[in-house]
Amino acid sequence: MKPILDIRELTVRFRTEDGGWLTAVDRLNLCLEEGETFGLVGESGCGKSVTALSILKLLPKGSGDISGGQILYDGIDIAGLRESDMRRIRGKEIAMIFQEPMTSLNPVLSVGFQLMEALKRHRGMSGADARTEAAELLRLVGIPEPRARLSDYPHQMSGGMRQRVMIAMALSCRPRIMIADEPTTALDVTIQAQILELIRRLQERFGMSVLLITHDLGVVAETCRRAAVMYMGRIVETAEVSELFTAPMHPYTIGLFRALPHKGKRGAALEPIPGTVPDLAHVPPGCAFQERCPQAHDSCKEPPPWVDIRPGHGVRCWLAAKGGPDA
Amino acid sequence: MTEPLLRAVRLSKVYTLQGGILKTGGHAVHAVTDVSFDIRRGEVFGLVGESGCGKSTLTKLILRHEEPSSGEVFFDGQPIGRLKGKALLAFRKKAQIVYQDPYSALDPRQRIGDILEEPLVIHGMGNRHERLERTAWLLKVVGLRPEHALRYPHEFSGGQRQRIVIARALALHPELLVADEPVSALDVSIQAQIINLLKQLQSEFHLTYVFVSHDLGVIEHVADRVAVMYLGRFVELGSKDEMFDHPLHPYTEALLSAAPEPDPSAVRRRILLEGDVPSPIHPPTGCPFHPRCPVRLPICSTTPPEYREVSSGRWVACHLRT
Repeated sequence: MKPILDIRELTVRFRTEDGGWLTAVDRLNLCLEEGETFGLVGESGCGKSVTALSILKLLPKGSGDISGGQILYDGIDIAGLRESDMRRIRGKEIAMIFQEPMTSLNPVLSVGFQLMEALKRHRGMSGADARTEAAELLRLVGIPEPRARLSDYPHQMSGGMRQRVMIAMALSCRPRIMIADEPTTALDVTIQAQILELIRRLQERFGMSVLLITHDLGVVAETCRRAAVMYMGRIVETAEVSELFTAPMHPYTIGLFRALPHKGKRGAALEPIPGTVPDLAHVPPGCAFQERCPQAHDSCKEPPPWVDIRPGHGVRCWLAAKGGPDA
Repeated sequence: MTEPLLRAVRLSKVYTLQGGILKTGGHAVHAVTDVSFDIRRGEVFGLVGESGCGKSTLTKLILRHEEPSSGEVFFDGQPIGRLKGKALLAFRKKAQIVYQDPYSALDPRQRIGDILEEPLVIHGMGNRHERLERTAWLLKVVGLRPEHALRYPHEFSGGQRQRIVIARALALHPELLVADEPVSALDVSIQAQIINLLKQLQSEFHLTYVFVSHDLGVIEHVADRVAVMYLGRFVELGSKDEMFDHPLHPYTEALLSAAPEPDPSAVRRRILLEGDVPSPIHPPTGCPFHPRCPVRLPICSTTPPEYREVSSGRWVACHLRT
């Protein structure tokens, strides 16, 4: 498989109020292959959304920047690209959909206007052509009576419909990569099922590569081929989804699965991960998970190495380096 | 069977929306329609439904935070709608709530100790020394330390704040605890801590819970009985095992099948519902679910199905089941 997006040693930092720097993403390596859906999983504050924003170079100016590493898209390093060049890629080659469609759509402009804007700008269409294409896009994402809906404003639509509009907008320039940051988190389960099905269908139809960012392991199990687990700005484990769920290696990944209520343990006590996520200013030296890890030992005070257990299954843990954790 | 702790009889709540600048021509929102149920002592009563289905309104009605438009709620056999003065105050002590968002539930300018002491002061419990002892004890009960009483909410993480909210709800020795999406704002690793804490407190203090959630995994884990709401009505009620293993209502079935399962090898038979939840301002005629129902009959669009007990303790409102 050919990588379409190859992120190497990406480091992103943010300026703090007292003038220091916090590292939100720390030497992250991630490879998105052509035509696959890749899941990036983690809890709040782990750096998964910051990673997505870095790929599109949408980090807040002045307070956050990419301080190291490369983001190779089709062989070009977009981390170092000028804003004028980035504009030709953002939206056109790499599109993004966000968690809350209401805050991503302009409330005072009609849905049709917002859809046509991108078509005119990136695909050079005339007003009439753009209108026809916009209606076609709405039909594609399953919105009934698409022509009539063009004159609707975002507030006249339900959350699920708004997310469909966002997806239509993301598709408008036929991007090769779609980054979906918690696309269904704000939606009800029955609507979530519709939207995930839609993303799956469109991905197959257009052969897009999808980077799906989520905290929900259930969503990953159902939509992704491969996935990576993030903790405190670092990827701690990457594997094919079938392997990640049956044979997780990192104590954090194992902890996440044990904490999850599901069918097999109806009524039994859950096994939470002790403690809380430390804040970025107080990351312990060495492994960031050591204070909460049931299997931490002395070597965890040193930064753990990345170990490829099998082809395609890697883990950042001292236990793996020494032959695997006692599960 | 002993008397239920709480009994709701044909509860309905209609809100009137003021339309337009001139506040004329209001619309009626049917938030809760004709809901009846019992909550047994010591059980966890799970309440499931999607946004806007009326589950939060229902919790407000059973706590008398809102007055019903019709119907009645009995707590310990007493109609709570008619309670006044001391009797009402006594009911407020016995029925407490834990909200979803532990960030907005705590006053950022109050110390934790004051937050926990406030209900004790309002209800005139103990002298200052006894109250301080009780707040220290409460903090220990929810897994925090007594010295945390001197700190402010912003010094705590989401999970710890939810522990404080729970401690406050426990301050007055309640019998009923209504938990409205208590873990929805928390990360998975912390969510499990809070679920375990709630479970442990329940057995320790013989509490009865109404546990509201949109997360079926959580409900399946904590509840004894489950009620499913759709557009303000109960569509199904039954024991958790029956409900999850053999759902009777097509909506329950679709809801269960839509929940993503963290198991890539699971064989899925997903029922994808068409369309969105209709507006409670203009609910559909007949069965409220019929426009989205994959197995509807002609009768469903004209006649609302009766909500009836189909087997012992198992209630459903569906024409296919009658």
